[in-house]
Amino acid sequence: MTTGTSGLDTFPKLLLHHSRERGERPAIREKNRGIWRTITWRELGEEAAALAVAASERGLQRGAHVALLGDNRPRLYVAMCAAQWLGAIVVPLYQDATADEIATSIQRAQVTHVFAENQEQVDKLLEILPRCPTVRCIVYDKDRGMRHYKQPQLVSYDALLQEGRELAAQKPDFLQGEVASGKGEDSAFLFFTSGTTGPAKGVVLAYAALIDRARLAAAIGELKDTDVAMAYLPPGWIGQILFGYVQPMVVGYCICCPESPDTMLSDMREMGPTYLLVTPRVLEALLKQVSLRIEETGGFKQWLYRSCMAVGARMSEQRLAGKAVSVGDRVLSLASDLLIRGPLRDMLGMSKVRVAYSASDAIDPDLLMFFRTLGINLKQLYGSTETGFFVAMQRDGVIKPDTVGAPLEGVELKLTPQREILVRSPGLFREYHADSEMTARAKNAEGWFHTGDAGDLDQDGQLRIIDRMAYVGALKDGSPYAPRVIENKLKFLPYIREAVVFGDGRDMVCALIDIEMAAAGRWADRQGVSYIGHADLAAHDEVYALIADCIAKVNAQLASEPLLAQSQIHRFTILGRELSADDGALTRTGKLRRHVIAEQYRALVDAMYSGHAGVRFGAEPDEVKIRDAKVTAPAQTRKVA
Amino acid sequence: MTITVPSSILQSAERAFPFGPPVLELESISLRFGGVQALTNISFNVLEHEVRAIIGPNGAGKSSMLNVINGIYVPQEGSITVAGERLSEMTPTHAAHLGIARTFQNIALFRGMSVLDNIMAGRILRTHATFLEVALQLPRARREETENRAVVEEIIEFLEIEHIRKTPVSRLPYGLQKRVELGRALAAEPKILLLDEPMAGMNIEEKQDMCRFILDVNDHYGTTVVLIEHDMGVVMDISDRVVVLDYGKKIGDGTPDEVRSNQDVIDAYLGVAH
Repeated sequence: MTTGTSGLDTFPKLLLHHSRERGERPAIREKNRGIWRTITWRELGEEAAALAVAASERGLQRGAHVALLGDNRPRLYVAMCAAQWLGAIVVPLYQDATADEIATSIQRAQVTHVFAENQEQVDKLLEILPRCPTVRCIVYDKDRGMRHYKQPQLVSYDALLQEGRELAAQKPDFLQGEVASGKGEDSAFLFFTSGTTGPAKGVVLAYAALIDRARLAAAIGELKDTDVAMAYLPPGWIGQILFGYVQPMVVGYCICCPESPDTMLSDMREMGPTYLLVTPRVLEALLKQVSLRIEETGGFKQWLYRSCMAVGARMSEQRLAGKAVSVGDRVLSLASDLLIRGPLRDMLGMSKVRVAYSASDAIDPDLLMFFRTLGINLKQLYGSTETGFFVAMQRDGVIKPDTVGAPLEGVELKLTPQREILVRSPGLFREYHADSEMTARAKNAEGWFHTGDAGDLDQDGQLRIIDRMAYVGALKDGSPYAPRVIENKLKFLPYIREAVVFGDGRDMVCALIDIEMAAAGRWADRQGVSYIGHADLAAHDEVYALIADCIAKVNAQLASEPLLAQSQIHRFTILGRELSADDGALTRTGKLRRHVIAEQYRALVDAMYSGHAGVRFGAEPDEVKIRDAKVTAPAQTRKVA
Repeated sequence: MTITVPSSILQSAERAFPFGPPVLELESISLRFGGVQALTNISFNVLEHEVRAIIGPNGAGKSSMLNVINGIYVPQEGSITVAGERLSEMTPTHAAHLGIARTFQNIALFRGMSVLDNIMAGRILRTHATFLEVALQLPRARREETENRAVVEEIIEFLEIEHIRKTPVSRLPYGLQKRVELGRALAAEPKILLLDEPMAGMNIEEKQDMCRFILDVNDHYGTTVVLIEHDMGVVMDISDRVVVLDYGKKIGDGTPDEVRSNQDVIDAYLGVAH
């Protein structure tokens, strides 16, 4: 960590510090028109200053809220710097949010200024403008298609920057003064949580909380200003802001914006990030791509892949268990690294990754181990928006796949008798925006925050997360039930994209399955099964047989674990269409909204439990099929029902 | 089938590029193949910065008309005036030098080459380095390559095909191949863009995308567009003026509304008892 950072308690101060200390080093790289272009810390500082002074001329005031609506582009980050320069609070929104979702956020935060990436986002904003009278100014970045827009609120980023560059030269004192009047305890961001259990809540975080957590995590990860990270997750999510803005501000490393979401993998290969934040969903998608391609190669290559991965898996297990590795195994491991694991790491753009964290949701231990076997130092990270993201993380040398690691320095943990995790930490949020009642319910007078997650601490003091409190329950016979563990095991399989299991208070566990179209589609091609689209494929008996096999495998795994043996899946059905965020079944970060799904598919779930073989569901023309799955008993195998 | 185009695009009451003088005039064109009369005494003009459609039922002579403009067929009678220059005989090469670029009804890309290389091929008329200079990578060849690549990258961004830049064309779905072909035509920085059934064989989503790109090209670069289409709905939505052909004769000419209410056009499309 850099020395002399004690007075640097806001991001604008840190930005100025970096533009002095490492002015010519890259701050942001962006692939544009096929070429990587660099913005140095000095340029970032100058552009942010110019934008800030121009925004101030257009009425942006200290303590006002500025919404950001767009993908990871350098200008989004410049706008973030500029807003905070003036002491405004930044409200990053999900770029794929619908107009109504955006309207709700803007109304609740009383946003006055909005940064929008392009015409698509501006269209959404103009649609809701009559409902959002607080919005005074919309700054848009890309001018394509914007020629015919004449609304008085609109101004292009280029025009604003031009204005600002002239003004900045005249008013250096104003800019200096604005930076100096910012303090660590000021509010920096207002995030709207993903809202798995209810409507989104506006979480207010102060500079001090974010900078404190980021410094600590940076020290543990031994981050340096030569590190490189990819900015590819939605900026509306706190994880992206921490890894793409807060930590770079603290450490001075460089972030890279891919050309488009579709080119992410090849862009990542070109830049070779050393520090990486991933979500279980991203990892699942990568694993599915790898499995799919391996399935399509010849027998020898498959054999080679499997043997090399087996060697790697054995090695990483031995290492994690702290056992010595024999010379023979070392040689084998080296060979497997040269033949398969190294090239695969390179294909995934992860050959330079020094440390990677998986956050946002529980990860299946097998999924984690797959990437560790590849030789990627992937670790778990636990935290939420309200806790400043960094609560617990796995440390090198003491990684247990089923825990999220030990609490970070400064974090106090407490478990209620119902096993809810309570957190007290310097990284805690200040409040829920304009909702003191809700704040008081979540954070008690002594500063303990109710995370809503159930978990326990093992004998080494490592934290294990079970599930959301709201979802942890018991089957009718009293055996414990937590849906996420089962779902993660299902999602580990290549043909299953999403799974929703039911069982709380029921006599058995049933599952809704959403198939992975790419994998299942290719499987169908190979089997000569013809189909028209998703719904058609999902209804095929062959696909049901395929999924039944997958579930039987998962059931066998569950049977081997005493606590989970009763949670084997007895019945399942395949959904005719994807669960998606647009109809509310998922959050924008891709987590399940169980209450919405339970409501949407109530008839189907009831039918599964009442034992009907098929049911007509909603407006769908075809009969939805329901099938029994093979359940494994510890001693013998039997077919149930 | 009707195609809806986002209303934001159609709000072009205030055009970025107002209509200019005619850039293309066709006078009394007649084309015969032996005894077959493909086109009979057809005249119409295309204004600068206009989107002009040629429509008609199958076999009406639409593609023949385009091939005449492009210089592939030489009409027995009539003349073509391009940007004030009156020509009795047009050749494809001459057309290209006059700033006319085109796409084809049956995609005519280099199938084994990448998207990038295909679009780079569209820069051929803007390349002056000789074969030897290119082979030896002499300064002029290198400079031109860089300049061309910059133009091509702009087009790739414009058409939103960054993710398939290095993909061989043969591996792309049909709708994307059509888009690449449009990209190659744009690479020539044409004054007039001829599109031969740009939306044939596409699904609704692909058609919407293509409509948007055609309008964007016209709006952003000011390119004059002449397009052939047999899908009436699409044409009416995106064209400024429409020529209607039937059995090689012009039966209608005017704005989409005028054409829609023209009895001859209705008869040709809906059929009429003879």
